[in-house]
Amino acid sequence: MSIETISLSGRKKVVSNKEMTFWERMYLIAIVKGLLITIKHLFSRKVTIQYPEQVREMSPVYRGQHQLKRDELGRENCTACGLCALSCPAEAITMKAEERKADEKHLYREEKYASIYEINMLRCIFCGLCEEACPKDAIYLTNSKVLVPSSYEREDFIFGKDKLVMPLDVAMKNAQLKNAN
Amino acid sequence: MDSTIIIEKSVIILVVFAITMLMAMYSTLAERKVAAWLQDRIGPNRAGKGGLLQPLADGLKLFSKEEFEPDTPNRFLFFVGPAVAMSTALMASAVIPWGDRLHLFGRDIILQAADIDVALLYVFGVISVGVYGIMIGGWASNNKFSLIGAIRAASQMVSYEVAMGLSIIALLMMTGTLSLREISAQQPGMHWNVFYQPLSFLIFLICAFAETNRTPFDLAECETELIGGYHTEYSSMKMGFYLFAEYANMFISSTILAVLFFGGYNYPGMAWAVENWGINLANVIGIAVLFVKICGFIFFYMWVRWTIPRFRYDQLMHLGWRILIPLSIINIIITGIVILRAEIAVYLGF
Repeated sequence: MSIETISLSGRKKVVSNKEMTFWERMYLIAIVKGLLITIKHLFSRKVTIQYPEQVREMSPVYRGQHQLKRDELGRENCTACGLCALSCPAEAITMKAEERKADEKHLYREEKYASIYEINMLRCIFCGLCEEACPKDAIYLTNSKVLVPSSYEREDFIFGKDKLVMPLDVAMKNAQLKNAN
Repeated sequence: MDSTIIIEKSVIILVVFAITMLMAMYSTLAERKVAAWLQDRIGPNRAGKGGLLQPLADGLKLFSKEEFEPDTPNRFLFFVGPAVAMSTALMASAVIPWGDRLHLFGRDIILQAADIDVALLYVFGVISVGVYGIMIGGWASNNKFSLIGAIRAASQMVSYEVAMGLSIIALLMMTGTLSLREISAQQPGMHWNVFYQPLSFLIFLICAFAETNRTPFDLAECETELIGGYHTEYSSMKMGFYLFAEYANMFISSTILAVLFFGGYNYPGMAWAVENWGINLANVIGIAVLFVKICGFIFFYMWVRWTIPRFRYDQLMHLGWRILIPLSIINIIITGIVILRAEIAVYLGF
């Protein structure tokens, strides 16, 4: 089978430059056909979603803003291995690792942690590869409705740990829920 | 002239003015609604029930928007432009026969602001003055894109005016009058001119699209090449006037189409209705029928707008000069032969 005859969609057509016939050049028939097509849509079902009253359901694979998770004791999961940054196709993630001090055991789960963890939201494409690459279950893309708040400053789009890390009280609540179950 | 006729005509003029404005206003809503429906959407439905107050909201917005004008040496002309466009659009409604006659207070009231013998010429004249509104606006904007848009609109209107005038000649040969009232009266029942002059109707329809600057001939406002077109520099209600004038023009040309080719206020069984229901009721129905026809044409304008893409400028000129004008001349010749067929047969010795 030669490459010219392959048609994956089965709708392959050879381009022809044949002269139009008289009636085709009149366009009137084509215009009437077009008008009939549009008038059909006048009576078809409307697809409008009336926004404030009706909210479109999010896709089950929707990926919203990132969150750096804590474990049930409120310790940060991230060990700053850099796999997320490595897997990021947009190169949006940067981080700086630091060694955990003895008195910080309650803050970080592993001996190494990310002292700086930044995601450039102007670059991020929300593909979720960071989430897949993470061996420590530290980074997740949440299904929050807010993706990136608008701003006039470019600096505001670089999200540091202050915006990414899961708030402590949320982690505590999660842990309590888990214990109750 | 007694005073009652002045009162009578004033009332008719006021009513016609109000109706034209109302139709233009609600055409804006209808355009958005039809556009939405043809694209499987719902359209504006927030202001009022089903969006009925949307034109008022739009007007309020346009009135309260910031008035912005370019640094132009033709400040006066800049203000005159939209006014000319608007007033010419409204003037054409003066000679349109909205109905036959009503018998009220013991006198016959002719439902027409002015029954003049050259009504059709008057309409053509007034509508072609509308191009001044566009041209002045584009010129006074002191912006080359506006000027190009205005020139395009002007040359398009001039070109299509020729074909339009020629297409009407065949109709005039048949009816033998320029008075719109006469032409209406000559089409009782279903004897509409469209059945006798289909080609003339088609040419006139195409030219009407071009004259009102509607898609597919809205080359005066071509965003890709001309930013906005001749009204690029206009803002707030001055811009609104141009848009409004377009809708008023659409209403007027729909009316002309209905009167010339679709029998105006005539409907099948009108003579029977006059005999049995009285002249008043029959004519009120006639007015309603005329408005149904007008609304049909307005809908057709919108339907076409959301179906056919915009023509290229050379295609437009090609269509106007090399197709429509020869076609209308051929139509005139055929009409002439048909009218004079008896004489020709005698001449040829049949």
